[in-house]
Amino acid sequence: MALDINRLSWLIGGEAGYGIMTAGEKFARAMVQGGLNIHTHVEYPSLIRGGHNSFGVRVEEDEVTCPILMYNLIVALNKDTINRHKDFLTAGGGIVYDASEIKLQEGEIRSDIKLYDVPLMKLVNETKGGIRVMRNSVAVGASMAILDYDFTCLAEAIRGVNNRRLKGSKIAEINVHIAKKGYDYIKKNFQNDFEIKLEKRPRTKKMLIRGNEAIALGAIKAGCKFMSAYPMTPASSIMGYFVRKEKEAKVVMKQADDEITAINMALGASFAGVRSMTATSGGGLALMTETTSLVGISEVPLVIVNVQRPGPATGLPTRQGQGDLKFVLNIGHGEFPRILIAPGDAEECFYETFNAFNLADKYQLPVFIVSDKHLAASYKSVKEFDTKNLKIDRGWLLSDEEANQWVDYKRFMNTDSGVSPRAIPGQKTLFRSSSDEHNEYGNICENPDNRLIQDGKRFRKLDTALSEIPLPKLYGPQNADVTIVGWGSTKGAILEAMKYLKEDGIKANFLHFVYIYPMHVDYVKRFLKNAKKVVNVEENVTAQLAGIIREFTGFKIKHKVLKHNGRTLYPSEIYDGIKKVYND
Amino acid sequence: MTELRDLNTSGYSPDWCPGCGNFGILTALKRALVQLKLNPKDVLVVAGIGCSSKLPQWINTFGFHGVHGRGLPVGMGAKIANKKLHVIVIGGDGDVFGEGMNHFIHSLRKNINVTLLVHDNQIYGLTKGQTSPTTMHGDKTSSSPGGNMDDPINPIALAVAQRTSYVARSFSGDMDHLTNTIADAIAFKGFAFVDIFQVCVSFNKHNTFPWFKERIYDLQKKGYKPDNQEKAFKKSLEGWDKIPIGVFYKEEKPLYEEEHPVLKRTPLVKQKIDNISIKKLMDKFC
Repeated sequence: MALDINRLSWLIGGEAGYGIMTAGEKFARAMVQGGLNIHTHVEYPSLIRGGHNSFGVRVEEDEVTCPILMYNLIVALNKDTINRHKDFLTAGGGIVYDASEIKLQEGEIRSDIKLYDVPLMKLVNETKGGIRVMRNSVAVGASMAILDYDFTCLAEAIRGVNNRRLKGSKIAEINVHIAKKGYDYIKKNFQNDFEIKLEKRPRTKKMLIRGNEAIALGAIKAGCKFMSAYPMTPASSIMGYFVRKEKEAKVVMKQADDEITAINMALGASFAGVRSMTATSGGGLALMTETTSLVGISEVPLVIVNVQRPGPATGLPTRQGQGDLKFVLNIGHGEFPRILIAPGDAEECFYETFNAFNLADKYQLPVFIVSDKHLAASYKSVKEFDTKNLKIDRGWLLSDEEANQWVDYKRFMNTDSGVSPRAIPGQKTLFRSSSDEHNEYGNICENPDNRLIQDGKRFRKLDTALSEIPLPKLYGPQNADVTIVGWGSTKGAILEAMKYLKEDGIKANFLHFVYIYPMHVDYVKRFLKNAKKVVNVEENVTAQLAGIIREFTGFKIKHKVLKHNGRTLYPSEIYDGIKKVYND
Repeated sequence: MTELRDLNTSGYSPDWCPGCGNFGILTALKRALVQLKLNPKDVLVVAGIGCSSKLPQWINTFGFHGVHGRGLPVGMGAKIANKKLHVIVIGGDGDVFGEGMNHFIHSLRKNINVTLLVHDNQIYGLTKGQTSPTTMHGDKTSSSPGGNMDDPINPIALAVAQRTSYVARSFSGDMDHLTNTIADAIAFKGFAFVDIFQVCVSFNKHNTFPWFKERIYDLQKKGYKPDNQEKAFKKSLEGWDKIPIGVFYKEEKPLYEEEHPVLKRTPLVKQKIDNISIKKLMDKFC
C-alpha cells in the first residue's frame, strides 16, 4: 500500500477505568494542535468499571464529518480490544499492545498487520509517580512515533497549552514524560515504515467540541439564564457544562428531583420572563409529556432538548439511535403547536440552539431540539462559532414601559399572527393563565366559539412561523441520480457517502432536515416528486422521517437504508445501501 | 396601597359549591396580602389542578394554573427567575400529597422562599368524592364504599421530620387565625408550608364544620413555642381527638436564592442578555 499522509482512523480500547476517554481526547487534541482536523467516536457500555470502552479518532487535513468503520492503527490496552476490533483493521494496519500482558497466539493476527509490542507497564514503572492508568499515555506517545508525528503537539495537548485544566500541573508533566518514553521506545525499536504518516500543517484556531457542549454554549449565547434537569445519559453533559459555567456565564442550573420537576421549574422560570431550558433523553422526556402540553396551552416559550438514545424503556442507554422523532412530533395530550429542530453536527447544535430560543420567544411555544448520543459524545474540530450576526429576538414581550401603559390587557389576545402580547409578573398588566381552555384574558372558558378562537390562534402561530423556518438544506447538485433524505446526526456520514458515490460516477444529492416541523410541505413534495430515485436514511426501525414526510406530503419513499443496532451509521453502509438501490 | 377590593376579579367569580371552605381561604389570602401591604403586581399565585387550584383565577394578582400536582416546581422556577416576586403555591390534598407528593417532599429541603398553602379537605372534590391521601382510615368515600383501608399521611409530621423552615396548620373556619397564619407564612423568610383543614360540603360527611369546631385548639394560645423539632414532631402526632392548629416549627435557614452566587444580587429576569460574549468560553475549547 502506498504511503498515505494525514488520513488516519485510530482507535484506543480497553476496560472502563483504563483512561480510554482521556487518552483519546489527548490524541485528538494533539492532532488539532498540529493543524489537522478530527472527528471522534466513543463507544461504552452502561457501567463505570469493566466492560469495553473504545475511543476512535479520525484525522484529515480538511473537515471530518463522521467516523468510519475501519481503523488503521489500534491501541489495545487489553486482549478484548484486539478480539473485537482486529477484523476492522485496514490492510497493512497496526496494533500497539503490551506482550507482557496480552498473549497472542500464532496466526491469530493477519499477516499484513504490523504488531508494535511496547512494554507499557514497564515504562510506567520506570517513571517516578507513574501509575498503571498512565499506560494510556505511553500508548498514545507510541502512536505518535508510529505515525511519525511531531511529539511536541502531544506534549502541548497533555499540558493543556490553551487554558486546559491540567495546565502546569505535576500530573501533566509526568504524563508528558511517560508519553515520551513510549515515543522513544518505538523510534528505537521499530522501523519507521508504517504506511500512514501525519504531518503538521499551519495551525488555525479550532475548537474541539461535542454536540452537548455546543448546545449548552448556544443556550448561554442566547441568554438562557436558567436550566433545570435530571441526569440521564446521554443528555447529562449539557447540565454538566451549564453548572460548571454558572459563575462565569452568570447562569443557574438547578438539578431537579425528577424530569417532571425539571420541566415545570423551567416553565415557571420562563413564565416569570427568563429564557429557560431543560434537557433529557427519551425516558425523561416521556415523564415530561404532560407538561409539554401545559407549555403549549399556556403559550410559554420553552426550549426542550431530547438527546436520543435507543429505547424502548431503558433500551441501550449509552448507544446511538434516532427512534424518538415521531414521539417528539406527537408528544403531549391534546393538540398544540410546537417547533422541532434536529441539528446535524456540532456547529448546528450551537446555531440552531441559539435560534430555538428566538423561535420559542417569538411564537410563545415549546421548541424541541432533537439530538442524539452520536452528536452528544463525538468531538469535532470546528472553527470558533461566528456570533456576529446572532441577534436576540424576544418577540412580542412587553417592556415594563409598554406593559404599564397597556389598557385592557389580554394575555391571549386573538391576533392575525396568532402571537399575543406577553407580559411577565412584576409588570402592571396583571393576568391569570390557565391550563383549562381560557378566553383572551386567560380566564377559564368552555364556550365552544371561544375554543375555536383559541385553537385557531394557537395553530396560526405555526403558519406565521413557517415563513422564517429554513427549508430542508440541499447538499449536492439540484438534479441527481439519487436523492438521499435524512435528518439530524446522520448528516456527516451521508455527506461522506456522497463522496464515495461521486468517485463511482453516481450523482447524488442530499435533502437534510434540520427544521422538521412545521414542514415546508409544498417544497418537499415538489422536490421529491422531481427526484429520480429517493432513498431515506435513518437510524431507526420504522423509517420515521419517511413516515412523517408521507403523512404531510403524501409522497412515499420506497427505498430505505435503516440501521438500528445501537451503533452509529457508517458512510460505507450508506454507500452500500445506495449502490444496491442504484443498481436495481 | 392595596385594598381588599383591588384583589377581586371583576365580572368573574368563584364557581365553588356554596359553603365550600375554599371561600374562606381565598378571603383570608386576600386579607393577608392587604395586611402585608403587598402590591398585586409583585404577587404570583401558582396552582395545580382541583377545586382549590382554581383559586388563582379569582384573585387579582398574577396567576398560573398548571397541571395536577405540579404547582410547586413551577412556583420555585418562577421564584428563582425573579426573587422579588412573592410566590404563593396553592394545591389540594390530592394535588400536593397525591400526584405531587415528590415535589412536596423535595420542596421541603430546598428552602426557596415560596409559600405553600394546602387546602386539605381530606377528599377529592372535583372528581366527585374519592379517597384522598389524607382521608381518615375507615371513611366511606365513592372510591372506598366499604371504608378507606389505607392510613392517611401526616403532612405536618413529614414536614417537621424534614426540618422544614416553617410548618403550620390552620382551619378555613377560623378567619382570623387563617389570615394571620397565611400572612406570617408569606412574611417568613424561607419555604413556608401551611396545611389548611377545610370542609367539603358536597363529599366529606365526616370532617364537617362542627366536627372540626369540637376538636380544634390553638397551639400558640396554649403557650406552645415552635422552636424545637422534637417537640414539634410530638405535637404533629396529636389527633384526631384534639387537633392543634398554629405554627408547629419555625427555623430560619440560608435561602437558595440568597446563597447562590448568581442569584445573590440582580434577579435573573433583570439580567441583560442582548450581547452576551462567549469568547472566553469558546477559547477554552481551543
